[in-house]
Amino acid sequence: MWAGRPRDADPTVLFRHQQRARSDSRICRPTLTLPIISFMTPDISRRDLLKASALAGGATLVNALGFNLKPAYAAAHDLKISNAREFKTVCPYCAVGCGAIAYVHGSGGINTVNSIIHVEGDPDSPINGGTLCPKGAAQMQLAMSPRLQEGPLHREAGASEWTEVTWDWAMEWFARKFKDSRDASFVERDEEGRTVNRCEGIGWVGSATVANEDAYLITKTMRAMGLVYIDHQARI
Amino acid sequence: MAPDESLLAPDEGVPAQAAQAPQGGLRIRRISATPGHSLELGPDGAPAPRTGPEYAKLIDISRCIGCKGCEVACKEWNELGVEPTENFGSMQSHRDLSPDTWLLMRFNEIEIDDDLQWLIKKDACLHCEEPGCLYACPAPGAIVQYENGIVDFNQEQCIGCQLCVSGCPFDIPRFNPESKKVFKCNMCIDRVEAGLEPACVKTCPTNAISWGTKEDMLRLAEKKLEGLAARGFENATLYDPSGVGGTHMMYVVPHGDQLEEYDLPADPTAAPGALATLGSLRQLGASALGLGLLATALHYLGFGPQEPEPEGVQSGTGAGTADGEADGEADPRTDA
Repeated sequence: MWAGRPRDADPTVLFRHQQRARSDSRICRPTLTLPIISFMTPDISRRDLLKASALAGGATLVNALGFNLKPAYAAAHDLKISNAREFKTVCPYCAVGCGAIAYVHGSGGINTVNSIIHVEGDPDSPINGGTLCPKGAAQMQLAMSPRLQEGPLHREAGASEWTEVTWDWAMEWFARKFKDSRDASFVERDEEGRTVNRCEGIGWVGSATVANEDAYLITKTMRAMGLVYIDHQARI
Repeated sequence: MAPDESLLAPDEGVPAQAAQAPQGGLRIRRISATPGHSLELGPDGAPAPRTGPEYAKLIDISRCIGCKGCEVACKEWNELGVEPTENFGSMQSHRDLSPDTWLLMRFNEIEIDDDLQWLIKKDACLHCEEPGCLYACPAPGAIVQYENGIVDFNQEQCIGCQLCVSGCPFDIPRFNPESKKVFKCNMCIDRVEAGLEPACVKTCPTNAISWGTKEDMLRLAEKKLEGLAARGFENATLYDPSGVGGTHMMYVVPHGDQLEEYDLPADPTAAPGALATLGSLRQLGASALGLGLLATALHYLGFGPQEPEPEGVQSGTGAGTADGEADGEADPRTDA
């Protein structure tokens, strides 16, 4: 139908032709893709009818004669951890110490920021045998959550809001408070005159998220300071 | 009371990992709105016999402590969005399933013999052998039942009509009004295909969820029921409703006489509905078309092509009109 129509003719003609196309659905009709329109227009040409019939008949034949859709639906599902590196780790949250596997994308090269894509229980762990509680099942968020707090926060006594402070400021503040409390509550000798050298005014709570070496250093340092009450965060 | 050995160590009931590795995807058992012609059917028109394992989850409600680890594992594995929880006087995290919450632990508190009973139900798709959602679905390929028993929604084919929601006897599928698609638990089909168990099964810390072939799970359920009966739960029962051909998530229910209190329908049913006749209608249409073509060919052979009359009126009205129009369209160009 478009054959013979000069597309690059006079611009005014093109304009008029476009106008016409808007008002006359038969002209702008894409015959092959929307054959149904042929039946809706009253002045249908024989060729249109044949085209539409052939298309409909062909589609029906393809459908009826058993076009097999099965391979499309049997496509394999992707396992998102199949290409990830596995790291065995220990759940940081409580004292049970469930074994977990972190699945990591990234080669570990110095230019790569690795990302944990999934964490689930370690079936080889004799403690949990692959299971995890709801907190443990969500432990990926400890490393990957966008809401993770990356610096120290400080709330002044009586204040209602936390403020972000620098590590330097925080260490200074902490050392000052620690020294003051220790000086105020240090006990050199008990009632019977025995040397005890203990600091009764400070308690130290460790963390399940620290490593063995950290825990060792914490204990040694705090014992050296004379602390008696040293505990683990998961026990309180 | 000495704990039953069989309950603590269900290793016997849990089979080795999938013996046969799937090659080129899982075999399909049923496809929505495509009866017959794209599947290998058995002699009676039913799906062909299985060639691979049929898997099932077994939920031992008596062992569940309601920690909701399975809920979190489900969200983590399937990367479903977080939805705010609210406290409405129950241990339940959300009020209802949603397109982003495929698994919800429901907590119902009732009194039995003046004693508070905490009825927990792991509410998620039961993956029926006779899936009501699939039978109701009019979109070809939007719901697929694999040979291993998993019923999976294919959102790319979903047309958002929600007939599956009304077709499900367990009220599981949930419609997302934004994407206009329906979502539900897919039994971690990607994991199962790779030989792993679903995420909720793996994470359960109290061994309340078991995974294996349906046969093994039925055997394990028998053992568990014996153990429960020995502990005084005479009404303990296995929930594997026959009205939907059995399910691929089964429950060991300690208070089997209180099914409605668990929100478990006592007699759910599903059967191929009106769409089941689609196949025969299609064959009818195909035969009519074929016969028509044959008749046309015979007519041509018998009577030959239709010759236009030498001074016919028809040719003047038919082709002549089209020519006239073409001329008419060309006219303005010459004018301009």
